[in-house]
Amino acid sequence: MAAPLSDEAPLLVAEGLSRLYGARIGCTDVDLEVYPGEVLAVVGESGSGKSTLLSLLSTELAPTSGRVLYRMDNGLRDLSALSEAERRLLLRTQWGFVRQNAEQGLRMAVSAGGNVGERLMAVGWRNYGDIRAEATSWLDRVEIAADRIDDDPRAFSGGMRQRLQIARNLVTRPRLVFMDEPTGGLDVSVQARLLDLIRSLVSDLGAAVIIVTHDLAVARLLSHRIMVMRHGRVIEAGLTDQVLDDPQEPYTQLLVASVLAA
Amino acid sequence: MTYLTPSSPSPAVLAVTGLSKAFTLHLRDGLRLPVVSGADFSVAAGECVALGGPSGAGKSSLLKMVYGNYRVDAGAILVTDGPERVDIARAAPRRILKLRRERIGYVSQFLRVIPRVSTLDVVAEPLRLDGASPEAAAGRARDLLARLNLPERLWSLPPATFSGGEQQRVNIARGFIAPRDLLLLDEPTASLDAANSAAVVELIAGKKAEGTAILGIFHDAAVRTAVADRVIDVTRFGASQ
Repeated sequence: MAAPLSDEAPLLVAEGLSRLYGARIGCTDVDLEVYPGEVLAVVGESGSGKSTLLSLLSTELAPTSGRVLYRMDNGLRDLSALSEAERRLLLRTQWGFVRQNAEQGLRMAVSAGGNVGERLMAVGWRNYGDIRAEATSWLDRVEIAADRIDDDPRAFSGGMRQRLQIARNLVTRPRLVFMDEPTGGLDVSVQARLLDLIRSLVSDLGAAVIIVTHDLAVARLLSHRIMVMRHGRVIEAGLTDQVLDDPQEPYTQLLVASVLAA
Repeated sequence: MTYLTPSSPSPAVLAVTGLSKAFTLHLRDGLRLPVVSGADFSVAAGECVALGGPSGAGKSSLLKMVYGNYRVDAGAILVTDGPERVDIARAAPRRILKLRRERIGYVSQFLRVIPRVSTLDVVAEPLRLDGASPEAAAGRARDLLARLNLPERLWSLPPATFSGGEQQRVNIARGFIAPRDLLLLDEPTASLDAANSAAVVELIAGKKAEGTAILGIFHDAAVRTAVADRVIDVTRFGASQ
């Protein structure tokens, strides 16, 4: 478990972050800061560059230019300068990544309890009884019945898989969690349950979250701040309710106006 | 608690100066809709100020600007935060969120319902975020819901299916549960009957006695007379020009 950090300094900083795919722009010239406990939503349509940005921030993709800094015990560190061992340790101990497709975020042939427990083992838990007890407790927190602990996620519905992925990522109490369309492709009723779980767990843990979504309602429910992307650039950013209720840019006004009210 | 006499006016909790705002509708060929221009007013601790004027004069928009929900084109919105005065018109999002957590309460006309969260938890949340124990926060939430005559059988349910008047009372209880220096009230009695309006008037009087500065919109003349120390006519801020 990571020690609490002062929330007066940013946890993650991106400076002039760009990624080109040949001549095509993935995303360009993005600056951002995320503070401990803060939820930042990145919204935009398909192809706006929001997923590219998430890959750059989480070091899955190397930038064409610019850099990503992360606050470690010895201050802000440039992530491109970390050794592979340091980077892997960071991913395992301080970060989480919840993917739209649970099959990419889970080990499908490992039991539900194993999916959660192996993250604990990665941060040094050794006692089998403790690991199983903690895994059971987390399955309960994400509303998966204890008697499913030995089933593997291939036997789970889409919503259950996504809840299991949440448990797997939050069990180690990460400081920073990346989420890529975590409710995409789920039924609306299943989405509501998942969103409520994410909202309360993230707030209980005080984790910082960077969430990519095309769904403005998801951004409104979960995030403190929002960034609107178009053609690889951030065109508008600010307090979530302010950007959604009083959008300034023509494109943001179009996005907000295009949402159907139920 | 501080008691104020007219001869020693307390410093303003809220001071608005030169505030101007227009909406630019890009989807309507850049049509500009002026809201207010050059608005100046302040609200002191323990004072309730009503925003007056016809529909469309910009009363709700003014409240939303003070809460940081709408942006501002020019002017300042200074809110006292301990030794500091923070300009909401220019403050960073994190600073505004901190003010909302600690200093400013807002009761909007409509409750934004969060799926699956019970009424009791919706109401207790601001006090829990202030650091109160879950039991203490729930106890205070029960007191408030009882004072507002919300039937006890509804307390464990999410308010999504409640009537307008029931949702409004949940919203009021949530807005009043935690102590705040500044309370913004947008038509808190709009969907309430006389008995429930009277309960809200009493709650407002209690907040004033605690030293809370209140800025509100009250369409009901009897409610306005009962709670407001002053009425500011918003039309004088040139909204319609």
